[in-house]
Amino acid sequence: MSSPLLSLRGISKSYGQVHANQGIDLDVAPQSIHAILGENGAGKSTLMKLIYGVERPDAGDIMWQGQPVHLSSPAEARRQGIGMVFQHFSLFETLTVIENISLVVPGRKSELVDRMRLLGKDFGLEVDPFAHVHSLSVGERQRVEVIRCLMTNPKLLILDEPTSVLPPQSIENLFDTLRWLRDSGVSVLFISHKLEEIRSICDRATILRAGRVTGNAVPREHDAHDLARMMIGRDMPHTSPAVAMPTGEKRLQLMGLTWQPDDPFAMPLSNVNLTVRAGEIAGIAGISGNGQSELTTLISGETVLPASQAKQINMMGEVAGHLGAAERRRLGFAFVPEDRIGRGAVPEMSLTRNSMLTAHPLGLLRRCMVDMHAAEEFTARCIRTFDVRTSGPGSEAGSLSGGNLQKFIVGREIMLSPKLLLLAQPTWGVDVGAAAAIRQRLMALRNEGMAIIVISEEIEELFELADFIQVLRGGTLSEPLVTAGTRPEEIGRYMIGAEARPAGAVA
Amino acid sequence: MSPSYTFRHPLLVRRESASLTMKFLAPLIALGVAVLFNLALYVAIGRDPVAVFYALLIEPFLSWASFSEVLLKASPLMLIAQGLAIGFRAKVFNIGAEGQFILGAIFASAIPIWFPAATGQWIWPAMLVLGALGGACWASITAFWRVRFNANEILVSLMLSLVAMQVLNYLLVGPWKDPEGFNFPQSVMFQYDALVPTLIPGTRVNVSLLITLVLSLVAWLLMQRSFQGYKLQVGGLAPRAAGYAGFSESRAIWLALLIAGGAAGLAGAAEVAGPLGQLQRSISTGYGYAAIIVAYLGGLHPIGIIFSALLMAALYIGGDNAMVSAGLPIAAVRVFLGSVLLSYLISLAFVRYRLDWASR
Repeated sequence: MSSPLLSLRGISKSYGQVHANQGIDLDVAPQSIHAILGENGAGKSTLMKLIYGVERPDAGDIMWQGQPVHLSSPAEARRQGIGMVFQHFSLFETLTVIENISLVVPGRKSELVDRMRLLGKDFGLEVDPFAHVHSLSVGERQRVEVIRCLMTNPKLLILDEPTSVLPPQSIENLFDTLRWLRDSGVSVLFISHKLEEIRSICDRATILRAGRVTGNAVPREHDAHDLARMMIGRDMPHTSPAVAMPTGEKRLQLMGLTWQPDDPFAMPLSNVNLTVRAGEIAGIAGISGNGQSELTTLISGETVLPASQAKQINMMGEVAGHLGAAERRRLGFAFVPEDRIGRGAVPEMSLTRNSMLTAHPLGLLRRCMVDMHAAEEFTARCIRTFDVRTSGPGSEAGSLSGGNLQKFIVGREIMLSPKLLLLAQPTWGVDVGAAAAIRQRLMALRNEGMAIIVISEEIEELFELADFIQVLRGGTLSEPLVTAGTRPEEIGRYMIGAEARPAGAVA
Repeated sequence: MSPSYTFRHPLLVRRESASLTMKFLAPLIALGVAVLFNLALYVAIGRDPVAVFYALLIEPFLSWASFSEVLLKASPLMLIAQGLAIGFRAKVFNIGAEGQFILGAIFASAIPIWFPAATGQWIWPAMLVLGALGGACWASITAFWRVRFNANEILVSLMLSLVAMQVLNYLLVGPWKDPEGFNFPQSVMFQYDALVPTLIPGTRVNVSLLITLVLSLVAWLLMQRSFQGYKLQVGGLAPRAAGYAGFSESRAIWLALLIAGGAAGLAGAAEVAGPLGQLQRSISTGYGYAAIIVAYLGGLHPIGIIFSALLMAALYIGGDNAMVSAGLPIAAVRVFLGSVLLSYLISLAFVRYRLDWASR
């Protein structure tokens, strides 16, 4: 093997008591696609931050093209030719897409717009350059990040779960792009929990567990099951099969839901029909930005319908369109939003105080005062039951890794024993082991008679869970497709709006 | 690669969790830095720094007479700041406590001005209640426009303070002017029962200080222990999380403004029913604005505010001393206050961040 492009020796990084990385050795060859595999909190994101200059290692050496380097900042890393697409985005929400890009990429704005449109076309990453970032969905924001990174012509491109927001057809396109980049001399560091993807595209894989390297492998020589076992150190939990349920009562009914948002960048919804019964999991497929966040806030009550339209939403048999979020929760509704930080949890507050956000009716209050003892007890139970890796109920929500915070929020909402549970992107950024555990849990709850709606961009997830799938595209919802009688490619065609065209015509 | 990268320069690195030590140290460090900076300034303008420092920060605490004046000034500052801090933590920026203070004073004065012959120990408590109502009413104008039309509460409340000043002027040169007051813009002197009883004999410190301390305790219970206080804090820290949980934003805005307005109004009532004994043009020497500084210096925490109000009041008294004894210009006191606040805001950054000198 030729001398590595990037090599790490003995890299360690601790945050207080937590050893995020311990003695990491890593070699990334030129012209290779290298996977970093690991569970939540295994230290993948920390390692990437060290390579990208966001954080500095406590010990160890970084060699870049055979020379020792001190990467003191992302700007320095970019100067050296290292680009990164983050799992949590680093975009300024108040600026437009093109303004965000011109902060990092030199050049005149009009030229940047042209280059951006070109790249977007080539890689199927189309975004309006003049849209404000705050108006974009999670999926669109990631597209901006990927494009911005590609525009700096990096020698090493770090991608933190890049495919989680793409439809299957576009994933293949992205992989073509990555292979082409590799062949033209760029190395790629690829973080993903989707083992099949890693097997199909990566040349090498380094496996992390609890902050240490536990192995190196050529992914093609192992099956996904092997890789998963190396990663979590035990066998993967299996989702228990769905039990055929007698038709339950209607827990949620959307009848011709039509919504014209005030925000000009938001997606209007037109004539959305959806019925979810007890003991049923409804899957809503589609790429973010097609009305997902609007539909979510309309169901949760964060957006309230005017009284004249109240009948368009029926929850637990009651007209609910005019009810606020708290009143819908009182009907037995619970909800896991797609953004954990700042919506599902308050990052500056402890987990205990975050429990009170929605679990306060479970005896965490005594005469309008907070019962800290009960709240701590609840939080400890949630941490235990849902395997949240943290130092305890007192740690700040913002200090947890994305996947662990998600486990906490999912756990908190499930512990409310709701009649209707809505989850938006429940396993986004969550590793295979934890994602499988969450899915297993959801299936068990369904079998106990809970009505569940899962909004997800991951088709495999919906196929594993949902009794039927409806695709949201351009603010309209397709007819329900019974999962057992549908192939993923069909859903994919609905997602990109090509359902009317013959299969071969899809780009 | 190039040797320049080995240069060690510090980075501001986010801490894993807020540092409790720094939280306590920040105001002390800020005070120390501000004192040093100002001593240098006094030297620069040719004053004796030791004499100024002595007059400004030591003298107010030396005699019972001057310390009681500190307590007298601290009470309204503390009360207003407690109310404001509740709003600030919910990110409701009520800058108009000055106007709410004035309206509180006006409402309270209505009783002794309309019924100058009334007697009985019910008068001064009724005045305090009416004052709190007046302040809350004035703040509710801001709340209404904010909730109804999303009008910025900073601008509305600030401008309403100017309006309040003119309402006061109108009353004092018009209907409420003392007919035997030689045309001075002030009301009649209030009768004895319209004055808050003195707490410590021989000083001007009155029962309102006790009320303020009790209300500080209530503020602590509300913000640190009650569910309502928790909801307000969530609304301030993460508005979308509050929306997600179904905590009403309008309710938070109303609550924050009514509490702050009520507290400021109560402070205003206690001023006219206390040391002043009549309604006059100069009822407030900028308490409503100074309380903003007090609230932030106290870390928006009810206990911290007790100390920062005492400090601020001492500086008021000490500033007067220093003007007389050390010949300090009046602007110097304001510079001191400004530099305390500025250095405090800077040192606050170190509660969440730390300096990282390149480790290698």
